[in-house]
Amino acid sequence: MSTPTKSAYWQGLRDGAPFILVVTPFAMLFGVSASEAGLPLAEVMSFSFLVIAGAAQFAALQMMTENAPVLVVLATALAVNLRMAMYSAALTPHLGHAPLWKRAVMAYFIVDQTYALSTLRYEREPALSLSARVAYFAGTASPVCLPWYAATWVGAEVGARIPPEFALDFALPITFLAMIAPMLRTAAHVAAALTSILLALGLAFLPYNMGLMTAALAALIVGAQVELWQTRRRARAS
Amino acid sequence: MSYTGAETWAIIVLLGIGTFLIRFSFLGMIGDRALPEWVLRHLRYTPVAVLPGLVAPLVLWPEATGGDPDAPRLAAAAVTVALGVGTKNVLVSICGGAGTLYLVQYLTG
Repeated sequence: MSTPTKSAYWQGLRDGAPFILVVTPFAMLFGVSASEAGLPLAEVMSFSFLVIAGAAQFAALQMMTENAPVLVVLATALAVNLRMAMYSAALTPHLGHAPLWKRAVMAYFIVDQTYALSTLRYEREPALSLSARVAYFAGTASPVCLPWYAATWVGAEVGARIPPEFALDFALPITFLAMIAPMLRTAAHVAAALTSILLALGLAFLPYNMGLMTAALAALIVGAQVELWQTRRRARAS
Repeated sequence: MSYTGAETWAIIVLLGIGTFLIRFSFLGMIGDRALPEWVLRHLRYTPVAVLPGLVAPLVLWPEATGGDPDAPRLAAAAVTVALGVGTKNVLVSICGGAGTLYLVQYLTG
């Protein structure tokens, strides 16, 4: 690696480092919850290696404890990950000219934090060379993604030994709620969340967990519509 | 959980492939083309459309109590959301929520 490339890697590593504090307990919690739910170690670890996406892993796990049909588990968890198409699109102008294998490796490591840090950096420093951009992305991915595997393993090993009186059944809902709350940034996000809650509860009687799918679809449309109304109102006001 | 080994592996592997394809979509295949505004607008709301609906029944009708609402879990959920909205800090909210759960369980149990 040339000097500017190397320093871009270290810069990314430094910018990503604080996220170790978020990612590690989160992955441990997944390991604990998954082994509590009865998944063997190999399956738990494969989840974290192949999927490497916290919210979707938790969503799949929850649907699995409810014995939802395989297709419904997949649809729910993939729906949670659809936002990553947006990240992929946002990174393409900056990284799209890298060789295919590098793009494939980087795609695997696209998560909330690597996307957010990298696009911020690329926009602030448009003169950054392609190799420096790739190195910066790798730098952010190192502290954010690599601890994910190790912490999942620790959680899975520990989880099997925690006695039931600790009410770990509720670790998962608390984690979800903690993830959702900071997302409620705008009226549109709040409207989408409320629609999702009310319809999911109201349609809970539908078979195959179809209530959640219906609720999610409706919530998506409500969120987008509220955003549209707000944008139009602001345009009229100005 | 009552899946066969093959079903569990199918979930994990297909979810891995599907997630990779979502991540690889533009960077690897579609390339540098702007997404239509209406698509972006819907993609923005996917997590907030799925996760609240997933968690709501778990809070109101927890399986551990046989589906009856119970005070420790409701209190824990309320504190987690309040801390999350107030601090935007995921760890603080998780710790606050878990602390509330154990505290109310101790006080009422």
